[in-house]
Amino acid sequence: MTLTPAKLDELKETARHLRIDVLKMLTLAGSGHTGGSLSAVDIITALYFHKMRHDPQNPRWDERDRFILSKGHGGPALYAALSKAGYFDRRHLWQLRQAGGILQGHPFSRSTPGLECTSGSLGQGLSIANGIALACKLTKKSCQIYVLLGDGEIQEGQVWEAAMSAAHHKLDNICAIVDNNGLQIDGSVDGIKSLNPIAPRWRAFGWETREIDGHDLKQIIQALDPADKVKGKPQMIVAHTIKGKGVSFMEGKVGYHGVAPTREELKRALPELGASIEAESLL
Amino acid sequence: MEMKATRDAFGEALRELGREKRKVVVLSGDLEDSTRAEYFKKEFPERFFNLGIAEQDILGTAVGLSLDGLIPFACSFAVFLTNRAYGILRISICYNKRNVKVIGSHAGLTVGEDGATAQCLEDFAITRVLPNIIVLSPVDAVETKKAAKAIAELCGPVYMRLGRGPYPVITKESDPFIIGKANLMREGDDVALIATGLMVSEALKAAKILSDEGISSRVINIHTIKPIDEETIIDAAKETGAIVTAEEHQIHGGLGSAVAEVLVKNEPVPMEMVAVQDTFGESGAPEELLRKYHLKAVDIVNAAKDVIKRKRG
Repeated sequence: MTLTPAKLDELKETARHLRIDVLKMLTLAGSGHTGGSLSAVDIITALYFHKMRHDPQNPRWDERDRFILSKGHGGPALYAALSKAGYFDRRHLWQLRQAGGILQGHPFSRSTPGLECTSGSLGQGLSIANGIALACKLTKKSCQIYVLLGDGEIQEGQVWEAAMSAAHHKLDNICAIVDNNGLQIDGSVDGIKSLNPIAPRWRAFGWETREIDGHDLKQIIQALDPADKVKGKPQMIVAHTIKGKGVSFMEGKVGYHGVAPTREELKRALPELGASIEAESLL
Repeated sequence: MEMKATRDAFGEALRELGREKRKVVVLSGDLEDSTRAEYFKKEFPERFFNLGIAEQDILGTAVGLSLDGLIPFACSFAVFLTNRAYGILRISICYNKRNVKVIGSHAGLTVGEDGATAQCLEDFAITRVLPNIIVLSPVDAVETKKAAKAIAELCGPVYMRLGRGPYPVITKESDPFIIGKANLMREGDDVALIATGLMVSEALKAAKILSDEGISSRVINIHTIKPIDEETIIDAAKETGAIVTAEEHQIHGGLGSAVAEVLVKNEPVPMEMVAVQDTFGESGAPEELLRKYHLKAVDIVNAAKDVIKRKRG
Protein backbone atom coordinates (compact mmCIF):
# COMPACT_ATOMS: atom_id res chain seq x y z
CA MET A 1 0.00 0.00 0.00
CA THR A 2 1.46 3.37 -0.96
CA LEU A 3 2.11 5.85 1.72
CA THR A 4 0.83 9.23 0.55
CA PRO A 5 1.60 12.38 2.54
CA ALA A 6 -2.07 12.54 3.46
CA LYS A 7 -2.01 8.96 4.73
CA LEU A 8 1.12 9.69 6.74
CA ASP A 9 -0.60 12.66 8.38
CA GLU A 10 -3.59 10.50 9.12
CA LEU A 11 -1.37 7.88 10.78
CA LYS A 12 0.34 10.53 12.89
CA GLU A 13 -3.06 11.72 13.99
CA THR A 14 -4.09 8.15 14.83
CA ALA A 15 -0.96 7.63 16.91
CA ARG A 16 -1.66 10.87 18.78
CA HIS A 17 -5.18 9.68 19.58
CA LEU A 18 -3.94 6.30 20.73
CA ARG A 19 -1.49 7.96 23.11
CA ILE A 20 -4.29 10.04 24.58
CA ASP A 21 -6.41 6.92 25.04
CA VAL A 22 -3.54 5.03 26.62
CA LEU A 23 -3.00 7.77 29.19
CA LYS A 24 -6.69 8.03 29.98
CA MET A 25 -7.15 4.27 30.31
CA LEU A 26 -4.17 3.91 32.60
CA THR A 27 -5.15 6.85 34.76
CA LEU A 28 -8.61 5.42 35.22
CA ALA A 29 -7.23 1.96 35.92
CA GLY A 30 -4.87 3.42 38.51
CA SER A 31 -2.14 0.95 37.59
CA GLY A 32 -0.41 -0.41 34.50
CA HIS A 33 2.56 0.07 32.24
CA THR A 34 2.69 3.57 30.83
CA GLY A 35 6.23 3.84 29.46
CA GLY A 36 6.27 0.69 27.36
CA SER A 37 2.76 1.29 26.05
CA LEU A 38 3.69 4.75 24.79
CA SER A 39 6.93 3.53 23.21
CA ALA A 40 5.01 0.94 21.15
CA VAL A 41 2.24 3.21 19.87
CA ASP A 42 3.78 4.22 16.54
CA ILE A 43 4.72 0.65 15.63
CA ILE A 44 1.23 -0.59 16.46
CA THR A 45 -0.31 2.31 14.53
CA ALA A 46 1.70 1.50 11.41
CA LEU A 47 0.67 -2.16 11.62
CA TYR A 48 -3.04 -1.84 12.36
CA PHE A 49 -3.83 1.26 10.34
CA HIS A 50 -1.62 0.77 7.32
CA LYS A 51 0.27 -2.45 6.94
CA MET A 52 -1.79 -5.37 8.13
CA ARG A 53 -4.63 -7.01 6.26
CA HIS A 54 -7.33 -7.52 8.85
CA ASP A 55 -11.06 -7.12 9.23
CA PRO A 56 -12.57 -6.00 12.53
CA GLN A 57 -15.96 -7.23 11.27
CA ASN A 58 -14.47 -10.68 10.82
CA PRO A 59 -11.72 -11.04 13.43
CA ARG A 60 -11.13 -14.73 12.61
CA TRP A 61 -10.78 -14.14 8.86
CA ASP A 62 -8.49 -16.92 7.67
CA GLU A 63 -6.26 -14.81 5.49
CA ARG A 64 -5.68 -12.00 8.00
CA ASP A 65 -2.20 -10.94 8.97
CA ARG A 66 -1.47 -11.67 12.63
CA PHE A 67 -0.04 -9.53 15.37
CA ILE A 68 1.34 -10.98 18.59
CA LEU A 69 2.16 -8.56 21.38
CA SER A 70 4.82 -10.61 23.10
CA LYS A 71 5.59 -7.70 25.46
CA GLY A 72 2.17 -8.10 26.98
CA HIS A 73 2.55 -5.23 29.42
CA GLY A 74 2.19 -2.90 26.43
CA GLY A 75 -1.43 -4.07 26.22
CA PRO A 76 -3.01 -0.62 26.63
CA ALA A 77 -1.49 0.52 23.31
CA LEU A 78 -2.89 -2.53 21.57
CA TYR A 79 -6.28 -2.23 23.25
CA ALA A 80 -6.55 1.40 22.13
CA ALA A 81 -5.67 0.36 18.57
CA LEU A 82 -8.09 -2.56 18.49
CA SER A 83 -10.88 -0.36 19.73
CA LYS A 84 -10.11 2.41 17.23
CA ALA A 85 -9.97 -0.17 14.44
CA GLY A 86 -13.46 -1.31 15.42
CA TYR A 87 -12.97 -4.60 17.26
CA PHE A 88 -14.88 -3.38 20.31
CA ASP A 89 -16.56 -0.30 21.72
CA ARG A 90 -14.44 2.47 23.22
CA ARG A 91 -16.33 2.35 26.51
CA HIS A 92 -14.43 -0.86 27.34
CA LEU A 93 -11.18 1.11 27.41
CA TRP A 94 -12.30 2.86 30.55
CA GLN A 95 -12.74 -0.49 32.33
CA LEU A 96 -9.15 -1.63 31.85
CA ARG A 97 -8.00 -3.87 34.72
CA GLN A 98 -11.43 -3.93 36.35
CA ALA A 99 -13.12 -7.14 37.43
CA GLY A 100 -15.67 -8.23 34.86
CA GLY A 101 -14.14 -6.06 32.11
CA ILE A 102 -12.94 -7.41 28.78
CA LEU A 103 -9.48 -5.83 29.08
CA GLN A 104 -7.20 -7.73 31.42
CA GLY A 105 -4.05 -6.19 32.89
CA HIS A 106 -2.13 -8.27 30.37
CA PRO A 107 -3.67 -9.42 27.07
CA PHE A 108 -6.00 -12.41 27.38
CA SER A 109 -7.27 -13.52 24.01
CA ARG A 110 -10.35 -15.26 25.33
CA SER A 111 -11.74 -12.03 26.74
CA THR A 112 -10.86 -9.43 24.10
CA PRO A 113 -12.06 -9.43 20.46
CA GLY A 114 -9.22 -9.09 17.97
CA LEU A 115 -6.47 -10.38 20.24
CA GLU A 116 -4.58 -13.26 18.67
CA CYS A 117 -3.03 -14.59 21.82
CA THR A 118 -2.45 -14.27 25.50
CA SER A 119 0.78 -12.71 26.73
CA GLY A 120 2.23 -11.12 29.80
CA SER A 121 4.73 -13.68 30.95
CA LEU A 122 7.59 -12.39 28.83
CA GLY A 123 9.37 -14.43 26.20
CA GLN A 124 6.50 -16.58 24.95
CA GLY A 125 5.25 -14.69 21.89
CA LEU A 126 7.87 -15.50 19.30
CA SER A 127 7.41 -19.27 19.68
CA ILE A 128 3.68 -18.80 19.24
CA ALA A 129 4.26 -16.65 16.17
CA ASN A 130 6.53 -19.38 14.79
CA GLY A 131 3.75 -21.92 15.28
CA ILE A 132 1.29 -19.73 13.38
CA ALA A 133 3.90 -19.21 10.66
CA LEU A 134 4.48 -22.96 10.32
CA ALA A 135 0.72 -23.55 10.20
CA CYS A 136 0.29 -20.90 7.50
CA LYS A 137 3.01 -22.50 5.40
CA LEU A 138 1.49 -25.94 5.88
CA THR A 139 -1.96 -24.73 4.86
CA LYS A 140 -0.58 -22.50 2.10
CA LYS A 141 -1.82 -19.20 3.49
CA SER A 142 0.04 -16.05 2.56
CA CYS A 143 -0.39 -14.26 5.90
CA GLN A 144 2.37 -12.22 7.51
CA ILE A 145 2.92 -12.74 11.22
CA TYR A 146 4.14 -9.74 13.17
CA VAL A 147 5.41 -10.01 16.70
CA LEU A 148 6.44 -7.15 18.97
CA LEU A 149 9.07 -7.87 21.61
CA GLY A 150 10.46 -5.69 24.34
CA ASP A 151 14.21 -5.20 24.50
CA GLY A 152 14.33 -6.32 28.13
CA GLU A 153 12.12 -9.24 27.14
CA ILE A 154 14.78 -10.73 24.93
CA GLN A 155 16.74 -11.55 28.05
CA GLU A 156 14.35 -14.52 28.26
CA GLY A 157 16.02 -17.67 26.94
CA GLN A 158 12.90 -18.85 25.15
CA VAL A 159 13.20 -15.91 22.76
CA TRP A 160 16.49 -17.31 21.51
CA GLU A 161 15.13 -20.84 21.27
CA ALA A 162 12.43 -19.37 19.05
CA ALA A 163 14.93 -17.23 17.13
CA MET A 164 16.80 -20.41 16.20
CA SER A 165 13.60 -22.20 15.20
CA ALA A 166 12.40 -19.39 12.93
CA ALA A 167 15.71 -19.26 11.09
CA HIS A 168 16.07 -23.03 10.88
CA HIS A 169 12.60 -23.41 9.42
CA LYS A 170 13.12 -20.40 7.10
CA LEU A 171 10.02 -18.65 8.40
CA ASP A 172 10.06 -15.70 6.01
CA ASN A 173 6.44 -14.97 6.93
CA ILE A 174 7.60 -13.79 10.36
CA CYS A 175 8.49 -10.18 11.01
CA ALA A 176 9.59 -9.46 14.57
CA ILE A 177 10.07 -5.97 15.92
CA VAL A 178 11.98 -5.05 19.04
CA ASP A 179 10.64 -2.00 20.86
CA ASN A 180 14.13 -0.96 21.86
CA ASN A 181 13.38 1.66 24.49
CA GLY A 182 16.46 0.78 26.52
CA LEU A 183 14.72 0.51 29.87
CA GLN A 184 13.29 -2.30 31.96
CA ILE A 185 11.58 -2.15 35.31
CA ASP A 186 14.75 -2.01 37.42
CA GLY A 187 16.67 0.41 35.24
CA SER A 188 18.53 0.52 31.95
CA VAL A 189 18.76 -2.70 29.99
CA ASP A 190 22.44 -1.98 29.47
CA GLY A 191 22.96 -1.69 33.19
CA ILE A 192 21.09 -4.86 34.09
CA LYS A 193 22.11 -7.26 31.37
CA SER A 194 23.11 -5.68 28.13
CA LEU A 195 21.76 -6.99 24.86
CA ASN A 196 23.81 -4.66 22.74
CA PRO A 197 24.47 -4.80 19.94
CA ILE A 198 21.01 -6.22 19.32
CA ALA A 199 20.87 -6.39 15.52
CA PRO A 200 24.13 -8.30 15.04
CA ARG A 201 22.99 -10.88 17.56
CA TRP A 202 19.85 -11.54 15.55
CA ARG A 203 21.87 -11.59 12.33
CA ALA A 204 24.13 -14.19 13.89
CA PHE A 205 21.03 -16.25 14.57
CA GLY A 206 20.16 -16.16 10.88
CA TRP A 207 17.72 -13.25 10.72
CA GLU A 208 17.58 -10.39 8.24
CA THR A 209 17.75 -7.22 10.32
CA ARG A 210 17.00 -3.53 9.93
CA GLU A 211 17.36 -0.67 12.40
CA ILE A 212 14.98 2.25 12.41
CA ASP A 213 13.61 5.10 14.47
CA GLY A 214 10.57 3.46 16.01
CA HIS A 215 8.69 6.74 16.26
CA ASP A 216 9.09 7.76 12.62
CA LEU A 217 6.02 6.29 10.95
CA LYS A 218 7.54 6.66 7.51
CA GLN A 219 10.63 4.72 8.55
CA ILE A 220 8.53 2.04 10.24
CA ILE A 221 6.49 1.50 7.10
CA GLN A 222 9.54 1.61 4.88
CA ALA A 223 11.03 -1.17 7.01
CA LEU A 224 7.82 -3.23 7.10
CA ASP A 225 7.28 -3.12 3.32
CA PRO A 226 10.41 -4.98 2.23
CA ALA A 227 9.90 -7.48 5.04
CA ASP A 228 7.15 -9.17 3.01
CA LYS A 229 9.47 -9.70 0.10
CA VAL A 230 12.54 -11.28 1.67
CA LYS A 231 12.54 -15.02 1.11
CA GLY A 232 14.03 -17.81 3.17
CA LYS A 233 14.68 -15.83 6.36
CA PRO A 234 12.74 -14.31 9.22
CA GLN A 235 12.85 -10.52 9.54
CA MET A 236 13.86 -8.49 12.56
CA ILE A 237 13.31 -4.75 12.82
CA VAL A 238 15.14 -3.16 15.72
CA ALA A 239 13.04 -0.09 16.40
CA HIS A 240 14.84 2.48 18.52
CA THR A 241 12.20 4.03 20.74
CA ILE A 242 11.79 6.22 23.77
CA LYS A 243 9.99 4.93 26.80
CA GLY A 244 7.06 7.19 27.62
CA LYS A 245 7.22 8.80 24.15
CA GLY A 246 4.92 11.77 23.69
CA VAL A 247 4.83 13.07 27.26
CA SER A 248 7.87 15.19 28.09
CA PHE A 249 8.04 14.34 31.76
CA MET A 250 7.69 10.61 31.12
CA GLU A 251 10.14 10.25 28.26
CA GLY A 252 13.15 8.10 29.13
CA LYS A 253 12.03 7.77 32.74
CA VAL A 254 12.26 4.28 34.15
CA GLY A 255 9.85 5.27 36.89
CA TYR A 256 6.98 5.12 34.40
CA HIS A 257 7.63 1.50 33.45
CA GLY A 258 4.99 -0.01 35.65
CA VAL A 259 3.19 3.04 36.99
CA ALA A 260 0.01 4.72 35.78
CA PRO A 261 -0.28 8.52 35.58
CA THR A 262 -2.01 10.26 38.45
CA ARG A 263 -4.92 12.54 37.60
CA GLU A 264 -2.63 15.52 38.05
CA GLU A 265 -0.09 14.02 35.67
CA LEU A 266 -2.83 13.31 33.14
CA LYS A 267 -3.87 16.95 33.25
CA ARG A 268 -0.29 17.99 32.53
CA ALA A 269 0.19 15.36 29.82
CA LEU A 270 -2.93 15.86 27.71
CA PRO A 271 -2.11 19.36 26.43
CA GLU A 272 1.29 18.05 25.25
CA LEU A 273 -0.63 15.68 23.00
CA GLY A 274 -2.89 18.43 21.79
CA ALA A 275 -5.82 17.19 23.82
CA SER A 276 -8.06 19.40 25.85
CA ILE A 277 -8.92 18.41 29.34
CA GLU A 278 -12.18 17.00 27.94
CA ALA A 279 -10.94 13.73 29.34
CA GLU A 280 -11.64 15.12 32.74
CA SER A 281 -15.29 14.34 32.29
CA LEU A 282 -14.23 10.75 32.41
CA LEU A 283 -12.52 11.22 35.70
CA MET B 1 1.45 -61.99 30.11
CA GLU B 2 2.07 -59.76 27.11
CA MET B 3 4.34 -56.83 27.87
CA LYS B 4 4.45 -53.62 25.84
CA ALA B 5 5.64 -50.08 26.48
CA THR B 6 2.98 -47.37 26.45
CA ARG B 7 5.33 -45.17 24.43
CA ASP B 8 5.39 -47.83 21.68
CA ALA B 9 1.61 -47.98 21.62
CA PHE B 10 1.44 -44.20 21.53
CA GLY B 11 3.83 -44.04 18.56
CA GLU B 12 1.60 -46.45 16.65
CA ALA B 13 -1.55 -44.56 17.60
CA LEU B 14 -0.02 -41.27 16.52
CA ARG B 15 0.81 -42.74 13.11
CA GLU B 16 -2.77 -43.91 12.75
CA LEU B 17 -4.02 -40.48 13.80
CA GLY B 18 -1.81 -39.00 11.11
CA ARG B 19 -3.61 -41.12 8.55
CA GLU B 20 -7.06 -40.34 9.92
CA LYS B 21 -6.68 -36.61 10.60
CA ARG B 22 -4.82 -34.27 8.32
CA LYS B 23 -4.81 -31.64 11.07
CA VAL B 24 -2.64 -33.68 13.42
CA VAL B 25 0.91 -32.29 13.60
CA VAL B 26 3.73 -33.49 15.83
CA LEU B 27 6.46 -31.55 17.59
CA SER B 28 9.47 -33.18 19.12
CA GLY B 29 12.36 -31.96 21.21
CA ASP B 30 15.10 -34.18 19.87
CA LEU B 31 14.35 -37.65 21.35
CA GLU B 32 12.04 -38.57 18.46
CA ASP B 33 13.33 -42.11 18.60
CA SER B 34 12.81 -42.39 22.37
CA THR B 35 9.28 -40.96 22.35
CA ARG B 36 8.36 -42.98 19.22
CA ALA B 37 7.28 -39.74 17.54
CA GLU B 38 9.47 -40.91 14.67
CA TYR B 39 6.80 -43.42 13.61
CA PHE B 40 4.71 -40.39 12.62
CA LYS B 41 7.66 -38.55 11.11
CA LYS B 42 8.47 -41.41 8.75
CA GLU B 43 5.02 -41.26 7.20
CA PHE B 44 4.27 -37.55 7.52
CA PRO B 45 7.56 -35.64 7.45
CA GLU B 46 5.86 -32.42 6.34
CA ARG B 47 3.70 -32.42 9.49
CA PHE B 48 6.56 -33.18 11.84
CA PHE B 49 8.77 -30.56 13.48
CA ASN B 50 11.80 -31.42 15.55
CA LEU B 51 12.59 -28.16 17.32
CA GLY B 52 15.67 -29.42 19.08
CA ILE B 53 16.38 -29.30 22.78
CA ALA B 54 14.08 -26.40 23.59
CA GLU B 55 10.95 -27.45 25.47
CA GLN B 56 9.60 -23.94 26.03
CA ASP B 57 9.81 -23.25 22.32
CA ILE B 58 8.15 -26.58 21.56
CA LEU B 59 5.09 -25.87 23.68
CA GLY B 60 4.90 -22.26 22.48
CA THR B 61 5.12 -23.33 18.83
CA ALA B 62 2.43 -25.93 19.48
CA VAL B 63 0.19 -23.13 20.73
CA GLY B 64 0.74 -21.20 17.50
CA LEU B 65 -0.07 -24.27 15.40
CA SER B 66 -3.26 -24.79 17.40
CA LEU B 67 -4.27 -21.16 16.89
CA ASP B 68 -4.50 -21.91 13.22
CA GLY B 69 -6.73 -24.93 13.74
CA LEU B 70 -4.18 -27.73 13.69
CA ILE B 71 -4.02 -30.42 16.39
CA PRO B 72 -0.47 -30.42 17.76
CA PHE B 73 0.98 -33.27 19.80
CA ALA B 74 4.14 -32.14 21.62
CA CYS B 75 6.34 -35.10 22.52
CA SER B 76 9.33 -35.31 24.80
CA PHE B 77 10.30 -36.71 28.17
CA ALA B 78 7.75 -35.96 30.88
CA VAL B 79 10.37 -34.34 33.06
CA PHE B 80 11.40 -31.79 30.42
CA LEU B 81 7.94 -30.90 29.13
CA THR B 82 6.32 -30.46 32.52
CA ASN B 83 9.27 -29.05 34.44
CA ARG B 84 11.24 -26.94 31.98
CA ALA B 85 8.27 -25.59 30.08
CA TYR B 86 5.85 -25.13 32.95
CA GLY B 87 5.22 -21.42 32.42
CA ILE B 88 4.22 -22.05 28.83
CA LEU B 89 1.96 -24.92 29.89
CA ARG B 90 0.34 -22.66 32.46
CA ILE B 91 -0.25 -19.51 30.44
CA SER B 92 -0.05 -20.14 26.74
CA ILE B 93 -1.75 -23.55 26.89
CA CYS B 94 -4.02 -23.81 29.94
CA TYR B 95 -5.05 -20.18 30.52
CA ASN B 96 -5.54 -19.81 26.78
CA LYS B 97 -7.40 -23.19 26.62
CA ARG B 98 -5.41 -24.19 23.56
CA ASN B 99 -5.90 -27.50 21.83
CA VAL B 100 -2.41 -28.78 22.57
CA LYS B 101 -1.64 -32.37 23.55
CA VAL B 102 1.44 -32.59 25.77
CA ILE B 103 2.80 -36.13 25.74
CA GLY B 104 5.39 -36.87 28.40
CA SER B 105 7.14 -40.18 28.04
CA HIS B 106 9.74 -41.79 30.33
CA ALA B 107 7.82 -40.80 33.43
CA GLY B 108 8.36 -42.35 36.82
CA LEU B 109 11.14 -44.29 38.50
CA THR B 110 11.11 -46.96 35.81
CA VAL B 111 13.19 -44.77 33.51
CA GLY B 112 15.75 -46.62 35.54
CA GLU B 113 19.45 -46.25 34.88
CA ASP B 114 19.36 -42.60 33.70
CA GLY B 115 18.72 -41.69 37.30
CA ALA B 116 16.90 -38.96 39.19
CA THR B 117 17.31 -36.14 36.67
CA ALA B 118 15.21 -38.04 34.14
CA GLN B 119 12.74 -39.64 36.55
CA CYS B 120 9.66 -37.45 36.53
CA LEU B 121 7.86 -37.97 39.83
CA GLU B 122 5.93 -34.72 40.12
CA ASP B 123 4.05 -34.38 36.83
CA PHE B 124 0.60 -35.25 38.24
CA ALA B 125 1.01 -32.70 41.01
CA ILE B 126 2.10 -29.81 38.84
CA THR B 127 -0.24 -30.46 35.92
CA ARG B 128 -3.44 -31.26 37.77
CA VAL B 129 -3.27 -28.00 39.69
CA LEU B 130 -3.72 -26.07 36.43
CA PRO B 131 -7.25 -25.13 35.34
CA ASN B 132 -8.61 -26.37 31.99
CA ILE B 133 -6.24 -29.32 31.57
CA ILE B 134 -7.03 -33.03 31.37
CA VAL B 135 -4.36 -35.29 32.91
CA LEU B 136 -4.13 -38.89 31.73
CA SER B 137 -2.02 -41.83 32.85
CA PRO B 138 -2.90 -44.92 30.80
CA VAL B 139 -2.52 -48.32 32.38
CA ASP B 140 -1.11 -50.24 29.42
CA ALA B 141 -0.48 -50.24 25.67
CA VAL B 142 -4.08 -51.04 24.74
CA GLU B 143 -5.46 -48.22 26.85
CA THR B 144 -2.78 -45.82 25.57
CA LYS B 145 -4.04 -46.23 22.01
CA LYS B 146 -7.60 -45.51 23.09
CA ALA B 147 -6.43 -42.49 25.06
CA ALA B 148 -4.46 -41.10 22.11
CA LYS B 149 -7.51 -41.40 19.85
CA ALA B 150 -9.81 -39.89 22.48
CA ILE B 151 -7.69 -36.81 23.08
CA ALA B 152 -7.44 -36.09 19.37
CA GLU B 153 -11.23 -35.90 19.31
CA LEU B 154 -11.57 -33.33 22.07
CA CYS B 155 -10.62 -29.68 21.88
CA GLY B 156 -8.52 -28.50 24.81
CA PRO B 157 -5.29 -28.97 26.73
CA VAL B 158 -4.22 -32.49 27.68
CA TYR B 159 -1.19 -33.88 29.45
CA MET B 160 -0.62 -37.60 29.02
CA ARG B 161 2.04 -39.54 30.90
CA LEU B 162 3.75 -42.51 29.28
CA GLY B 163 6.40 -44.92 30.49
CA ARG B 164 9.67 -46.10 29.06
CA GLY B 165 9.70 -49.77 29.90
CA PRO B 166 7.20 -52.43 28.98
CA TYR B 167 4.04 -52.55 31.10
CA PRO B 168 1.92 -55.71 31.43
CA VAL B 169 -1.04 -55.57 29.06
CA ILE B 170 -4.02 -55.97 31.38
CA THR B 171 -6.89 -54.48 29.38
CA LYS B 172 -8.65 -55.63 26.23
CA GLU B 173 -9.63 -53.83 23.06
CA SER B 174 -13.27 -54.24 24.05
CA ASP B 175 -12.88 -52.57 27.47
CA PRO B 176 -14.47 -49.12 27.64
CA PHE B 177 -12.29 -46.04 27.85
CA ILE B 178 -14.02 -42.83 28.81
CA ILE B 179 -11.97 -39.85 29.94
CA GLY B 180 -12.84 -39.11 33.56
CA LYS B 181 -14.39 -42.53 34.18
CA ALA B 182 -12.29 -44.99 36.22
CA ASN B 183 -12.29 -48.66 35.31
CA LEU B 184 -13.05 -51.40 37.80
CA MET B 185 -10.42 -54.11 37.41
CA ARG B 186 -11.51 -56.42 40.21
CA GLU B 187 -14.45 -56.60 42.60
CA GLY B 188 -13.89 -56.67 46.36
CA ASP B 189 -15.34 -55.44 49.67
CA ASP B 190 -12.68 -55.26 52.38
CA VAL B 191 -10.43 -52.60 50.87
CA ALA B 192 -10.15 -50.65 47.62
CA LEU B 193 -6.80 -50.39 45.83
CA ILE B 194 -6.91 -47.27 43.67
CA ALA B 195 -3.95 -47.12 41.31
CA THR B 196 -2.71 -45.54 38.11
CA GLY B 197 -0.33 -46.53 35.32
CA LEU B 198 2.07 -49.35 36.01
CA MET B 199 0.90 -49.57 39.62
CA VAL B 200 -2.47 -51.00 38.56
CA SER B 201 -0.68 -54.23 37.64
CA GLU B 202 0.99 -54.27 41.04
CA ALA B 203 -2.38 -53.65 42.69
CA LEU B 204 -3.85 -56.64 40.84
CA LYS B 205 -0.97 -58.81 42.07
CA ALA B 206 -1.52 -57.46 45.57
CA ALA B 207 -5.22 -58.30 45.34
CA LYS B 208 -4.34 -61.89 44.53
CA ILE B 209 -1.98 -62.16 47.51
CA LEU B 210 -4.60 -60.59 49.79
CA SER B 211 -7.24 -62.93 48.48
CA ASP B 212 -5.08 -65.93 49.44
CA GLU B 213 -5.15 -64.51 52.96
CA GLY B 214 -8.91 -64.11 52.90
CA ILE B 215 -9.01 -60.37 52.21
CA SER B 216 -11.24 -59.24 49.39
CA SER B 217 -9.91 -56.16 47.57
CA ARG B 218 -11.38 -54.02 44.87
CA VAL B 219 -8.95 -52.73 42.24
CA ILE B 220 -9.66 -49.49 40.41
CA ASN B 221 -7.69 -48.14 37.45
CA ILE B 222 -7.57 -44.35 37.49
CA HIS B 223 -6.41 -43.52 33.97
CA THR B 224 -7.69 -39.96 34.30
CA ILE B 225 -6.00 -38.07 37.12
CA LYS B 226 -7.98 -34.94 36.22
CA PRO B 227 -10.95 -34.70 36.14
CA ILE B 228 -10.92 -37.48 38.69
CA ASP B 229 -13.84 -39.91 38.90
CA GLU B 230 -15.29 -38.80 42.23
CA GLU B 231 -18.27 -41.12 42.07
CA THR B 232 -16.24 -44.30 41.74
CA ILE B 233 -13.92 -43.20 44.56
CA ILE B 234 -16.77 -42.28 46.90
CA ASP B 235 -18.58 -45.56 46.17
CA ALA B 236 -15.39 -47.51 46.87
CA ALA B 237 -14.98 -45.72 50.19
CA LYS B 238 -18.60 -46.34 51.16
CA GLU B 239 -18.55 -49.98 50.17
CA THR B 240 -15.10 -51.02 51.43
CA GLY B 241 -14.40 -48.49 54.18
CA ALA B 242 -10.63 -48.46 53.48
CA ILE B 243 -8.56 -47.09 50.63
CA VAL B 244 -5.01 -47.63 49.40
CA THR B 245 -3.67 -45.51 46.54
CA ALA B 246 -0.66 -46.55 44.46
CA GLU B 247 1.31 -44.45 41.97
CA GLU B 248 4.79 -44.10 40.51
CA HIS B 249 4.90 -40.49 41.68
CA GLN B 250 5.80 -38.42 44.71
CA ILE B 251 3.52 -38.91 47.67
CA HIS B 252 2.60 -35.23 47.71
CA GLY B 253 0.20 -33.86 45.17
CA GLY B 254 -0.42 -36.89 42.99
CA LEU B 255 -3.12 -39.55 42.81
CA GLY B 256 -3.13 -40.13 46.57
CA SER B 257 -3.70 -36.44 47.20
CA ALA B 258 -6.39 -36.26 44.54
CA VAL B 259 -8.25 -39.22 46.07
CA ALA B 260 -7.86 -37.77 49.56
CA GLU B 261 -9.32 -34.45 48.37
CA VAL B 262 -12.42 -36.31 47.21
CA LEU B 263 -12.74 -38.41 50.35
CA VAL B 264 -12.28 -35.76 53.02
CA LYS B 265 -15.18 -33.82 51.54
CA ASN B 266 -17.48 -36.73 50.88
CA GLU B 267 -16.67 -39.96 52.66
CA PRO B 268 -13.68 -39.82 54.99
CA VAL B 269 -12.30 -43.32 55.55
CA PRO B 270 -8.84 -44.55 56.58
CA MET B 271 -6.37 -44.30 53.74
CA GLU B 272 -2.80 -45.31 52.94
CA MET B 273 -0.70 -44.03 50.06
CA VAL B 274 1.89 -46.11 48.21
CA ALA B 275 4.15 -43.66 46.41
CA VAL B 276 7.69 -42.30 46.40
CA GLN B 277 8.21 -40.94 49.90
CA ASP B 278 9.28 -37.33 49.29
CA THR B 279 12.71 -38.23 47.96
CA PHE B 280 14.46 -38.22 44.59
CA GLY B 281 15.19 -41.46 42.75
CA GLU B 282 18.55 -42.81 41.62
CA SER B 283 20.12 -44.97 38.93
CA GLY B 284 19.25 -48.62 38.85
CA ALA B 285 17.32 -51.31 37.04
CA PRO B 286 13.60 -50.46 37.01
CA GLU B 287 12.61 -53.52 39.03
CA GLU B 288 15.33 -52.88 41.56
CA LEU B 289 14.14 -49.30 41.99
CA LEU B 290 10.49 -50.27 42.38
CA ARG B 291 11.55 -52.62 45.18
CA LYS B 292 13.85 -50.13 46.85
CA TYR B 293 11.28 -47.32 46.77
CA HIS B 294 8.48 -49.62 47.94
CA LEU B 295 6.33 -49.59 44.84
CA LYS B 296 5.73 -53.34 44.58
CA ALA B 297 2.72 -55.53 45.16
CA VAL B 298 4.05 -56.46 48.59
CA ASP B 299 4.07 -52.81 49.60
CA ILE B 300 0.44 -52.47 48.54
CA VAL B 301 -0.39 -55.64 50.51
CA ASN B 302 1.22 -54.19 53.62
CA ALA B 303 -0.58 -50.88 53.16
CA ALA B 304 -3.88 -52.71 52.72
CA LYS B 305 -3.41 -54.65 55.94
CA ASP B 306 -2.48 -51.46 57.80
CA VAL B 307 -5.48 -49.58 56.55
CA ILE B 308 -7.89 -52.43 57.29
CA LYS B 309 -6.72 -52.36 60.92
CA ARG B 310 -7.75 -48.71 61.05
CA LYS B 311 -11.23 -49.32 59.66
CA ARG B 312 -14.12 -48.17 61.76
CA GLY B 313 -15.89 -51.03 63.39
